[in-house]
Amino acid sequence: MNKDKIDFILSLADSSLILAQRNGEWCGHGPVLEQDIAITNITLDLIGQARCLYQYAADHINQSADQPVNPATEDSLAFLRTEREFKNCLLAEQSNGDWGQTILRQFFFSTYQYFLYQQLKDKGTDTTLSAIAEKSLKEITYHVRWSSEWVIRLGDGTEESKRRMEAGIENLWPYTGELFAPADYEEEMAIDFKTIKTKWAEKINSVLTEATLTHPDGGIFMHTGGKTGTHTEQLGYILAEMQYMQRAFPGCEW
Amino acid sequence: MVSPDFENSFQKKIDSEIKIEPKDWMPDAYRKTNIRQISQHAHSEVVGMLPEGNWIGRAPSLKRKAILLAKVQDEGGHGLYLYAAAETLGISRDEMINDLHTGKAKYSSIFNYPTLTWADIGAVGWLVDGAAIMNQVMLTRTSYGPYARGMVRICKEESFHQRQGFESLLVLSRGTKEQKEMCQDAINRWWWPALMMFGPHDNESQHSEQSMLWKIKRKSNDELRQNFVVMIAEQIKTLGMKLPDPDLKWNEERKHYDFGEINWEEFWQVVKGNGPCNKQRLEARRKAHDEGQWVRDAAMAYAKKESKKTPTN
Repeated sequence: MNKDKIDFILSLADSSLILAQRNGEWCGHGPVLEQDIAITNITLDLIGQARCLYQYAADHINQSADQPVNPATEDSLAFLRTEREFKNCLLAEQSNGDWGQTILRQFFFSTYQYFLYQQLKDKGTDTTLSAIAEKSLKEITYHVRWSSEWVIRLGDGTEESKRRMEAGIENLWPYTGELFAPADYEEEMAIDFKTIKTKWAEKINSVLTEATLTHPDGGIFMHTGGKTGTHTEQLGYILAEMQYMQRAFPGCEW
Repeated sequence: MVSPDFENSFQKKIDSEIKIEPKDWMPDAYRKTNIRQISQHAHSEVVGMLPEGNWIGRAPSLKRKAILLAKVQDEGGHGLYLYAAAETLGISRDEMINDLHTGKAKYSSIFNYPTLTWADIGAVGWLVDGAAIMNQVMLTRTSYGPYARGMVRICKEESFHQRQGFESLLVLSRGTKEQKEMCQDAINRWWWPALMMFGPHDNESQHSEQSMLWKIKRKSNDELRQNFVVMIAEQIKTLGMKLPDPDLKWNEERKHYDFGEINWEEFWQVVKGNGPCNKQRLEARRKAHDEGQWVRDAAMAYAKKESKKTPTN
């Protein structure tokens, strides 16, 4: 496997893990017990995806020509890379904000993941990746359903909830463009980002409309860089927390 | 006035091990005691999510992170079953949560202790869930039907948590010098608070006598505590660690472990609200509830709109 492919798999894994890390902050602090449990389910699914992908990437890193001295593992990839090496999309690392912003982040991300993973599943040239995508899609389908239902509920709920959702969209929208702008390592992956973007926009549009929320206009500036390791300031803190144990006690079994 | 017949037939049912069900007649005090106990238990599950949730972000491996998340999520699920069980007695979840937030209802004091290192997560699973199980296994046979049935399911998950906690400590106990120290330190800090979970000595326990008669409780605080000490004193040998009690020793005559006296002054201080984390735990629960108000309001408003749209037949 070439380096581009490994980078691509790492970027998929990183996005799932970083979003899981963010969602995990809600555990025990949700707005109602049922939803505390629901978002933790999603967090667990995302960690599961990240683990499958890291394990797959690790196998290939360990077989590659410039294999590392210490073999790569799911944990070395998650806990021992720096903020400039992480390739998650910027959307995943954005702060939870209120429950509305967390819901919107999940909705934007899961919808993107849904259409991307459809292509990974159908491509068939890489049977492992295709199998991971197929397994993940079962979960992602639920994530899209759960988050879109909440977008509608909160958009069309009260004056306050609508106001908060509009603010959430304004905060997160500038991080959605990056999802469809291929990074250099994605060029070779034969992914049709244009189709993903079209389908994503259709889904987002229909849900925002049902939620009676304003759809952002086309001229908004989009941030990029996450997929190639140039992040917002938030990622450094996420990693500082997440990687603390592995950094403080290197080389231990846990 | 309640007819003595009702009282008699109620006690007869209890004596012949027939479960009391929500629609059955029951004395007010039985209802109240069950509401108090089940809601306190539900609150303990939910507040208990906080000290362990404290380490989700910092779990040392992806596997441990997933295990911890699933565990804390289970506690939330237990909270749900228990709130639902208490609701069958005629109190709403909102009322119960309000009682927690105003300080009227209690939760297990153990969760007012801090989780300072990763080893605390293992120690909480092993010792705290372990102590809880002693109590909960007994409660699978409690006289109130919905509570007993809820406990059957909860016990299965709790015993799994206890094994996970122990396994996590076992890895530390076989690890580096620092990991071993971390493990022993966590055991030192959690041992005595875990013993306190069984409550005051039998002769000082406020609610015990009537609860035994009604078979809400079936074993006394001291009896359960003694069983726990025996179990842990054996299990710790596998870890190669020590319990922080110089008086702990096998009593050949009584065929159990003798152990030292609990610091009851500390116990009562924590109960009164002066434990290391009482304020922050309650504050975290209130904050989650208050900040979630708009979400719950919006969900209600949306549900109302929807029900108007689709007329029911």
